[in-house]
Amino acid sequence: MNPLLVFRPEGIYCPAGDFYIDPWKPVHKAVITHAHADHSRGGMKAYLAHHDSIPVMRHRLGSDIKVQGAGYGEVIRINDVEVSLHPAGHIIGSAQVRVARHDEVWVVSGDYKTGPDHSCAPFEPVRCHHFITESTFGLPVFKWKPQEEVFDEINRWWSQTQAEGKTALILAYSLGKAQRILQSVDSTIGPVFTHGAVENVNQVLRQAKHTLKPTTRITRETNSDELKGALVIAPPSALGTSWTKRLGDFSSAVASGWMQVRGMRRRRNADRGFVLSDHADWPGLNEAIEATGAEHIHVTHGYTGIFSNWLKEKGYNATVVETEYGGEEDDEPTKTDEV
Amino acid sequence: MKAFARLFVALDQTTKTNARLAALRSFFEEADKKDAIWCIALLTHRRPKRPVKTPLLHEWAAEAAEIPLWLFEETYHVVGDLAETISLILPEAEKREEKTLNERMLELISLGKKEEADKKAYITSTWSHLSRQECFVFNKLITGGFRMGVSARNLTRALAAHTGQDVNVIAHRLMGDWRPETTTFEALIESEAVDADAGKPYPFYLAYPLEDKPSVLGAPGDWIIEDKWDGIRGQIIRRNGELFVWSRGEELVTDKYPEYSSFLTSVSDGTVIDGEIICHDGKAPLHFGVLQKRIGRKTVSRKLLEEAPVKLIAYDLLEYQGKDLREIPQHDRRALLENVVEQANDSCLLISPVVNLPDWAQLEAYRAKARDRNSEGLMLKRRSASYKVGRKRGDWWKWKIEPLVIDAVLIYAMRGHGRRANLYTDYTFAVWKGKELVPFTKAYSGLTDKEFQRVDAFIKKNTIDRFGPVRSVNPELVFEIAFEGIRASNRHKSGVALRFPRISRWREDKPAHEANTFQDLIRMLEAYG
Repeated sequence: MNPLLVFRPEGIYCPAGDFYIDPWKPVHKAVITHAHADHSRGGMKAYLAHHDSIPVMRHRLGSDIKVQGAGYGEVIRINDVEVSLHPAGHIIGSAQVRVARHDEVWVVSGDYKTGPDHSCAPFEPVRCHHFITESTFGLPVFKWKPQEEVFDEINRWWSQTQAEGKTALILAYSLGKAQRILQSVDSTIGPVFTHGAVENVNQVLRQAKHTLKPTTRITRETNSDELKGALVIAPPSALGTSWTKRLGDFSSAVASGWMQVRGMRRRRNADRGFVLSDHADWPGLNEAIEATGAEHIHVTHGYTGIFSNWLKEKGYNATVVETEYGGEEDDEPTKTDEV
Repeated sequence: MKAFARLFVALDQTTKTNARLAALRSFFEEADKKDAIWCIALLTHRRPKRPVKTPLLHEWAAEAAEIPLWLFEETYHVVGDLAETISLILPEAEKREEKTLNERMLELISLGKKEEADKKAYITSTWSHLSRQECFVFNKLITGGFRMGVSARNLTRALAAHTGQDVNVIAHRLMGDWRPETTTFEALIESEAVDADAGKPYPFYLAYPLEDKPSVLGAPGDWIIEDKWDGIRGQIIRRNGELFVWSRGEELVTDKYPEYSSFLTSVSDGTVIDGEIICHDGKAPLHFGVLQKRIGRKTVSRKLLEEAPVKLIAYDLLEYQGKDLREIPQHDRRALLENVVEQANDSCLLISPVVNLPDWAQLEAYRAKARDRNSEGLMLKRRSASYKVGRKRGDWWKWKIEPLVIDAVLIYAMRGHGRRANLYTDYTFAVWKGKELVPFTKAYSGLTDKEFQRVDAFIKKNTIDRFGPVRSVNPELVFEIAFEGIRASNRHKSGVALRFPRISRWREDKPAHEANTFQDLIRMLEAYG
């Protein structure tokens, strides 16, 4: 029998249902795991995505896109295929796509993380035969601390920066991590300001009735005195640009899983690096895979070769799949929407 | 060790020199003097012998982390730092154990003599009692390669500020063959006079590259101009009836160059000469490649002494008749040096000839032919200059010849280390031989971070095949490779070896088929090899 999902040059394809999942070339029907730019691309004739992904997709891909919304767990029939979305814990609206026909079940997990996040629904393991997994942090050195500890570090750095009379600039991509930080920092320390690219996403989410803590957009009129002691959230691409001149004297920090490794921390040339990721760490990947009960693991973007060899050694039938998905920080659009 | 680990974190968390200096100062203010001397030793690369072979550390760490060895190796390759890989891969310690840096160092020194099983027991048990940060520092104490972003200059500045002494005096105190096991902080740093160690070298004065036209320097007559010899920088110390030879890397290399033992009789006591250690056939300096045969060798065979005879080309005199000459003008030191060389009448001790040409245009023409003299260009030294400490702008300039260049196609890529750990930044380049691409060099540097990111993205999308950590990629990108020299080599498949190859620019204007050919490379070998 033909496999339920196949890997085509356009993306992951379901022949029986005649649709793609997170395709990277224009196709007639695309099921989208989440709204980051490398998974949710423009040019598809029709989209299917979680309700919470749609406002950001419309904002980024155009208000005229044709898109059908679905809730978590809701089953949609396409020909004789059942399609349903399940929380991936990556960012707001992020979903694993479960595809089932007869007794065969595949799960495309897109990007996911297993740890908690105040800005989205927690990851939910889905039983399947074939699991398509990312491997962004598929090496045993990537082990995340509990997020409370990381936010304690961030709060301490913010307070200390404030005591020095400076602005605390934290770099995090504008969809997902920016809101995660906003919702989790101790906002009694001071006010939170945002770069335009972050504020645009905040606005879209607020319009869609999501509750976010108050933020103020930094504009040309913003006086750098107002920013003293404040926390500023900006996308990583803002560091080193003239935009930072608006901030006056500041201390910079990058929030990313890559900050676990000293060399990568130094490459970013920020004052501080906080290990905070929207992707699963090594234990997270291993636990998630085990929880699916799947025998066949298809490893996409990340340390694909190493991670699939490790899975093979553990007895899985693991293969590497070439895709065009990026890893952490690669999924930020290179041009920030607005300054 | 906690204070030292804290210093490490503080230095690591900032890129700003002032913050680093402050962290060092506060360490020296708080630290026990025994720990302070160890800190200075580690920051100046005076580490005791490695007590354990590193492959064993790989095995023990993989075992403690309950992962297969191959996975450890792959992970290490990505992280790029063994000490860090181990500290990240091990499970979090449950109990903590406090010891001073001095105690740890003494334990590690005594560990060297123990049986393998005892070494393993000590190291794995220590691992399980340290926080991640301390574990990283502990591993660094074993493996060495302490790069804490503290240059010798900044360490010197911090110690000068801490003790209220002059920076140059501290720099001088830190030189030489002292060991933290046998000296004290008081003797090395705080004593009245600089330690009377007969072998203590002076800090080297280093030249800045000249990027402007030389005419900005005024009249050539204000400058002493010499060839920039292509050997290794050395300092010859003849004191107390003994001879010491130091390389610029602060390595004592007296035994490697037995030719120089004649200086014991030809040069008078209380003399320190700055010059180039270089292979020379009696008529002219030889190619750097000849000296390379000598650099790694501790013992020298008679055959090697014949094949690669070493001489010293002297260019400065730092001490004469026991007196420090560094403050007197360059041309006075030069006059005394000429006397010393003449009186020595030693075939191993040559003087660096002065290039006397009346104007910059003629000097430029002379410089252009430097390769024929096995020289790297010209050195310009202001006649009135004192001998300074470290790299200082203004009085000493190196005016190097333009590098050789060739356009080559990128065909293999490997992930980088350290700062570049998740990017493909280590490249292999090839030139055309008919329709085939022949790899001839690797190059790691020369692109900006932004360019590396773009090339990395290209590589990930254009991979043809993978061999372990290496990817072969579609031969589409062309880069200009700059290098200082080219030699025939039977160790390389292409038959050539380049000196200091690096990427000088990305030829985005050139399609792959317009890159240079193997024949072009051979022509360069014939012209310059």
